[in-house]
Amino acid sequence: MARVNIDGKDYELTPGQNLLQAVLSEHLDLPYFCWHPAMGSVGSCRLCAVIQFADADDERGRLQMACMVNVQDGMRVSIDADFARDFRKQVIEWLMENHPHDCPVCEEGGECHLQDMTVMTGHTSRRYAGSKRTFRNQYLGPFIGHEMNRCITCYRCVRYYQDYAGGRDLQAFGSRSRMFFGRESDGVMESEFAGNLVEVCPTGVFTDKPFSATYTRKWDLQSAPSVCPGCAVGCNTLPGERYGSLKRVHNRYHPDVNGYFLCDRGRFGGHFVNSPARLRQAGVKAEDGVFEGLDAASAAERVADVLSRGQVLGIGSPRASLESNFALKALVGDENFSTGVADGEAALDQLMLSIYQAGGARIATTIEAESADAVLVLGEDVANTAPRIALALRQSVRSKPLDMAADAGIPLWQDAGVRSHAQQAQSPFLIATPAPTRIDDLAARALRASPQAVAAAGFAIAHGIDDRFAQAEGADPGFVAQAVAALSQAERPLVVSGTACGSAAVLQAAANVAWALQGQGKDAGLLLAGREANSLGAALLGGELGLADALRRLTEGKADSVIILENDLHRRLEREAVDQALAKVADVVVLDVLETATAEAATLVLPAASTAESTGTFVNHEGRAQRFYQVFEPQQDVAPAWQWLTDAAIAAGRNDLRWRHIDDVARACVDGNAHLEGVARTTPDAGHRNGAGQRIPRMTHRASGRTAKDAHISVHEPKPTVDEQTPFSYSMEGRNGGEVAALIPYVWSPGWNSNQSVFKFQQEVAGPLRGGDVGVRLIEPETGSLEALAAKHRQPPAIESAGLQWVPLHHVFGSDELSAHSPPIAERSAGAALLLHPEDAEALGLADGQGVRIAGTGSMALRLAPDMARGCAGIVLGMPDAAQVLPAAGAALSSDPDFKPRPAPQVIARG
Amino acid sequence: MWSHLRTLWTVLQHTFSRNETVQYPEEMPYLAPRYRGRIVLTRDPNGEERCVACNLCAVACPVDCIALQKTQGEDGRWYPDFFRINFSRCIMCGMCEEACPTYAIQLTPDFELAEYNRDNMVYEKEHLLIDGVGKYPDYSFWQVAGKTIHGKDKGEAQKESPPLDVRELLP
Repeated sequence: MARVNIDGKDYELTPGQNLLQAVLSEHLDLPYFCWHPAMGSVGSCRLCAVIQFADADDERGRLQMACMVNVQDGMRVSIDADFARDFRKQVIEWLMENHPHDCPVCEEGGECHLQDMTVMTGHTSRRYAGSKRTFRNQYLGPFIGHEMNRCITCYRCVRYYQDYAGGRDLQAFGSRSRMFFGRESDGVMESEFAGNLVEVCPTGVFTDKPFSATYTRKWDLQSAPSVCPGCAVGCNTLPGERYGSLKRVHNRYHPDVNGYFLCDRGRFGGHFVNSPARLRQAGVKAEDGVFEGLDAASAAERVADVLSRGQVLGIGSPRASLESNFALKALVGDENFSTGVADGEAALDQLMLSIYQAGGARIATTIEAESADAVLVLGEDVANTAPRIALALRQSVRSKPLDMAADAGIPLWQDAGVRSHAQQAQSPFLIATPAPTRIDDLAARALRASPQAVAAAGFAIAHGIDDRFAQAEGADPGFVAQAVAALSQAERPLVVSGTACGSAAVLQAAANVAWALQGQGKDAGLLLAGREANSLGAALLGGELGLADALRRLTEGKADSVIILENDLHRRLEREAVDQALAKVADVVVLDVLETATAEAATLVLPAASTAESTGTFVNHEGRAQRFYQVFEPQQDVAPAWQWLTDAAIAAGRNDLRWRHIDDVARACVDGNAHLEGVARTTPDAGHRNGAGQRIPRMTHRASGRTAKDAHISVHEPKPTVDEQTPFSYSMEGRNGGEVAALIPYVWSPGWNSNQSVFKFQQEVAGPLRGGDVGVRLIEPETGSLEALAAKHRQPPAIESAGLQWVPLHHVFGSDELSAHSPPIAERSAGAALLLHPEDAEALGLADGQGVRIAGTGSMALRLAPDMARGCAGIVLGMPDAAQVLPAAGAALSSDPDFKPRPAPQVIARG
Repeated sequence: MWSHLRTLWTVLQHTFSRNETVQYPEEMPYLAPRYRGRIVLTRDPNGEERCVACNLCAVACPVDCIALQKTQGEDGRWYPDFFRINFSRCIMCGMCEEACPTYAIQLTPDFELAEYNRDNMVYEKEHLLIDGVGKYPDYSFWQVAGKTIHGKDKGEAQKESPPLDVRELLP
């Protein structure tokens, strides 16, 4: 550690860091703009000026930009010196010269870094009397609003969008005071990480458009720690609520899972919570097929009736919380419970678990992926299935530039220096997938091949690294050779794969490569992306019944009724098979968040709470159990699924399921299952209070309108709900001090109203949170010998060459069930499509853009992808009103002249 | 005895002093224009709503009796979708007026807010919005703000230069 004297007080700072970061790590206040913890320093805004003294006798010192100074032992600096203060005040005055008088009508107001810095530096009145420069704004798509007049030219947006997220359609234009940050022309921003600009921009140039539509100031948002339900990564989020509806989703810093950033599916997909398709009331289907409303108590009675009549099956869901799944499992019994995942996918989830449990390689976190020095992606299109991982992989190719900079003595925070020293150099990145991906631009080499050929390549690479691993025939020799060479030279290689391409062989191949690398003494990481928010939780919970078996039992009349938990079976199995099975049983009870095809087929529907309206646990792709908390009380009869099930159990006289708290359910869940032991340790229980014996407030201390917001209903203010389920209160009283990191409902610190205040909650900038870990990793790998590992997967796949092979594809916007109901996501969704190589299409006599009818599946638009693997027909699954499962092998393709393509997103308005 | 006489004398003296009792409501007292009474929402000189739903009044309110929701009109202006003041809680402190950056919310010299039913003390936007400019006849926030609204393009606000051509590279 380096001893640095700041304003007469000694601090132990980390040598090699820049002074600004080190000062902020000590939780001192020093204004800054252009520096961002994830992006290093460029020294362009001149705001973080401090005085550096030559030695103990130096009284005058010299002005330095703290973000451009390396921390050295024995330094003496001053933040408070008058000259530094005056300088900073002057810089803000320059920056504010052209800033419009917009704060009251700006979505950033109240959480604006520029406001905070202006107040912090003491610039209170405007002396500049000239005219302000103005710009025309651009239409940037349904996610981001643009108000260029507010720009202070810090360059954070382009540094994030181009350098960090790899976007190409946001640039800096013009010169001197004419600097403009935007696109070449109006249009939708291409990057699926554009939403982070809302948090990266220190002022209100880039704002959250859906949030703005029914805008609420940050201080009025009720919030609680939550977890994104959009994919298996489990990014930590802070949803904000006001007047009973979800207003926006912000990033919640997690040092290992999502760092400072979210993907656009997570940020803008949360609005499904306000969808008109939400189920708000229990309903029972009358004889004419129309649902009649039912009050909550009678609905629970009816479920109890169902339970008392014969054999009941329970079908869980990988998008429901662990607790809800467990409550259903306990209610119907192990032998009657299915996790609700289609058998093929469930087998992949189990394989993924067994690979993790076998040990042999480190289970890599998303953020660890950033520091890998060679990456091999097998089969998985992470940018569409688990987007946050793609953003981390984008950083991995910078390992080599950072190593080169370290060798050349360039401080690693010196962003411009590191980049210009490395020029085009990057660490090896190899990708093998059937279809083109959005991270192909990183790849030193991209292999386009069928899933079997991808797996074969993986097997061959593992064999190439260590010949004890099984060899495979027919792999692309050039790709294999390059991958073996690149991975063998790396110290921290990473293998990325997942279940989305539907191939067990691909997962096995990925495991083999990672294990072989670890066997070579490397710190190898293995990162496998699951499909849904709680896929791994469902797999760990297990169910004795496969989904196909469950359906068979229904069809054969071996069960009298079925309870389906937050699961649209029509998205997992053939529509006809599901309808047939559900028609066979007397009672179909569906608990769900939205009106789904399965809910329509139900006889009794119960409205379940969404993630934002309930408390529960998800297990993410690395086996990390994370608790999400109720942000706001749901409207009408909506209740968490576990609560519906518990109420029904109590009504049915099942005294063993008399759970009052979510903690009771979690504990019961852990009791029966050693794998889930960590779930009970994710967060303190509902009785937790902060140091002063208080609950943690969901509202900020400035929350407004308490005595008016419900006054139109009754002028007599109701008593605030006492939350028995969590340590949070529906109140502004109490302290949000970050004592427990998993219980931070919003980030705010005196003087720091924007999300930049997160550093006050961190042990050090960009490091772990002060209040300990968030989430508990459930998987404890065994330590098997390399021989045992090499013996596990010895069956390389046979590569078929005859005919077209269906390949499942996913799209970041639209393929996910819940977020597809969010209006801005629906606007970006391109709809279902069939992707073919142009030569394959020509052989079939099909042309780009035309409608193609797939026998047994329906029609969709054909898109020609020159980069598609030959012999593979990719189908974008999961889109509303389109294919949810792959067609049968060998299903015929024919042109459909009546097909009407969905209109593509276009310029619809000017800001 | 002396004390009784003194008291009678004092009372008698008051017969000749000025009458302090005002015959309210027949006789209305004079209240200064800046008197802090019933709250109104005013309009700008063009007759458009001044309130931009910025929420500063609500957050300044010490009794939290103001609640509102922002919405945006076709014309690009921000408006309150609803604007509610619970006068049964209001303490007429004027902090909302002080906080208002657009002079929309103003306190008036009307103090006659009594109601038989407390529910009638809750005023919605239609009860609050008046057809005048109140105490500030000239101010129009949108003419100093940088955001575009119908009828005021970029560069047309006060102290603004015309929009720049960003493709211009000359120094």
